[in-house]
Amino acid sequence: MNNKIALSVKDLKTFFYTNKRCNKAVNGVSFTIKKGKTLGIVGESGCGKSVTASSIMQLLPRLSRIEEGSITYHSEQGDIRIDQLDRNSKEMRAVRGEEIAMIFQDPMTALNPVFTVGYQIDEALKYHTRLDAKGRQRRVVELLTDMGIPLPEKRSREYPHQFSGGMRQRAMIAMAMSCNPKILIADEPTTALDVTIQAQIFGLMNKLKEDNGTGIMLITHDMGVIAELADEVAVMYMGIIVEAGTVDDVLRRPQHPYTLGLLDSIPVLGRGKYQEIKSIRGATPDAYDRPKGCQFAPRCDFATDVCKVTPQEEHLSETHRVTCHRIREISQNV
Amino acid sequence: MSNANTPILRLRGVRTYFPIHAGVFKTLVGHVKAVDGIDLDVIRGEVLGLVGESGCGKTTLGKSILQLVRPTGGEVIYNDAGMQVELCGLSNDALAPYRKKLQIIFQDPHSSLNPAFTIFGSLEDPLKRYGIKSKAERRKIIGDLLEAVNMQRDYMDRYPHEFSGGQRQRIGIVRALCVDPELVVCDEAVSALDVSVQAQVLKLLMQLKIERNLTYLFITHDLAVTEYLCDRIAVMYLGRIVELAETSAIYADTLHPYTQALLSAIPVADLDKKTNRIVLEGDVPSPVDPPSGCPFHPRCPKAFGRCSTEVPALNKYHRQGHDHFVACHLLEDNAAQ
Repeated sequence: MNNKIALSVKDLKTFFYTNKRCNKAVNGVSFTIKKGKTLGIVGESGCGKSVTASSIMQLLPRLSRIEEGSITYHSEQGDIRIDQLDRNSKEMRAVRGEEIAMIFQDPMTALNPVFTVGYQIDEALKYHTRLDAKGRQRRVVELLTDMGIPLPEKRSREYPHQFSGGMRQRAMIAMAMSCNPKILIADEPTTALDVTIQAQIFGLMNKLKEDNGTGIMLITHDMGVIAELADEVAVMYMGIIVEAGTVDDVLRRPQHPYTLGLLDSIPVLGRGKYQEIKSIRGATPDAYDRPKGCQFAPRCDFATDVCKVTPQEEHLSETHRVTCHRIREISQNV
Repeated sequence: MSNANTPILRLRGVRTYFPIHAGVFKTLVGHVKAVDGIDLDVIRGEVLGLVGESGCGKTTLGKSILQLVRPTGGEVIYNDAGMQVELCGLSNDALAPYRKKLQIIFQDPHSSLNPAFTIFGSLEDPLKRYGIKSKAERRKIIGDLLEAVNMQRDYMDRYPHEFSGGQRQRIGIVRALCVDPELVVCDEAVSALDVSVQAQVLKLLMQLKIERNLTYLFITHDLAVTEYLCDRIAVMYLGRIVELAETSAIYADTLHPYTQALLSAIPVADLDKKTNRIVLEGDVPSPVDPPSGCPFHPRCPKAFGRCSTEVPALNKYHRQGHDHFVACHLLEDNAAQ
């Protein structure tokens, strides 16, 4: 069982500090990424999903800190506590890129405009493999071919601005995959892309998962993407996971009022005109002025006085867990 | 006039090209054919969805209708209470009364409000322009509209940075509606919003449409939103309309191969629905140098000989009980047989 888990995160708390104010961006998050599976993390902007990813990669900005909790990478040579490594230490640099790789949301800002795409992919190979220049060049072309980029040899000598959005994202994936990482963190990989290009990228990510057994952590705000790609889901709201489980658990039997609200608020293709959509009232609270107790209570239709106390996570089944005081009452009503 | 089928707006062969200049002498080397010959009727009181991928010219078409970008050719005919007015030929001064009738809600609520002005400061200008002289009256109109979009009256004295994205988008709606328009172009009006807030704004738009008798041209790339909102849908590809029909017909009886691929590519938040995905090869070609013949043929799984040479016309087909406009050689051939 244990050798199937690639990465486990326990009670992770990452806080940001600005002008003596503290933003509890991630406030106690636990999950595991399994080999050859996709964990989807959904949530609205500002819920802490990208900060969770940066914490794992140790790419947090200077004014933030992992306060509590652990991030353990289960490598073949034994466990590595990523949270205890220094941002710039040799160990962290060995893990980052080689063992855990990341795809960013916006490929235009993530690629360096003054270097060719081939050079940037080559860089990762230079640090992490023992291939010589010729071998690396061959690998770069091979990677670009795998990503379905036409004329890979010519394209590897071109600059990012000569690539279209979809091709840039494919180059990013090629870079991330260059060292065959065990874990791939994809932070909104297709948000900036069109749906037809998105379908191409999803095909690639699924292929990686199946061929290489890569564990994928997919961050998105689109429930449709989750239904399509993920094996497991965690729904985040204001820095905590409010509901997590398998795709079946969360999409077929959603329990948390926020998940319910989120699913009801999106028009679903194929349900026709005049389908009923319900909006969640209000807006996400200010990160520096969070509500006491349950973070969702001010917008929740089921909230009562008990919600002023922070709820604990409850297991409904082996896989399905929910953080809500009133879960028993709500599940009877639904 | 209030006849259900009167077009409020007729587009005839609208083309909008942007010149490309290069080199030291800024010589003209080509054109970006953003909108390349569009014929379209917008019927009074309907919600017409305009969908397509980025770069297909949907925003440029919206701006061309409002004359925010002057079209290179073609006609934009606005039906002003029975009077047919061609907007492209009018000078800026002559356009002024029609600017009041045609309004736009912009995509990005963060960049479409001036940060140095209060909401009232930004919003009172169009009212001043259209002859509302007393300040008290202007404050009343804006205050009433703010209440109509579920915001507090006194918010008008605040600055844009004090509002969240959803609130700013609602202010954008107030800005468009304060001059009492007839046709509103909603350019990706909900795309920048979080899903839980998106539903609030969508519902608000529908409610305002009914209360104020509006006609919407709803520009978006999100086909799930169009299905929820629109009466008819026009699908654009590379500056042209490839398919136009009633919403239910577009989804149930998809005819153009591009629309079929587009619909199949959308991830659906429903585990019971697994579609056979048609994955298109390659990218959208550049509108500077569009392919010969049908603009979609290099990516079309069903392309054949004629597609690369002849541009298909947007033909009308009678399908079970509705009219369906499609620009595809495949259907022309089927119909001929």
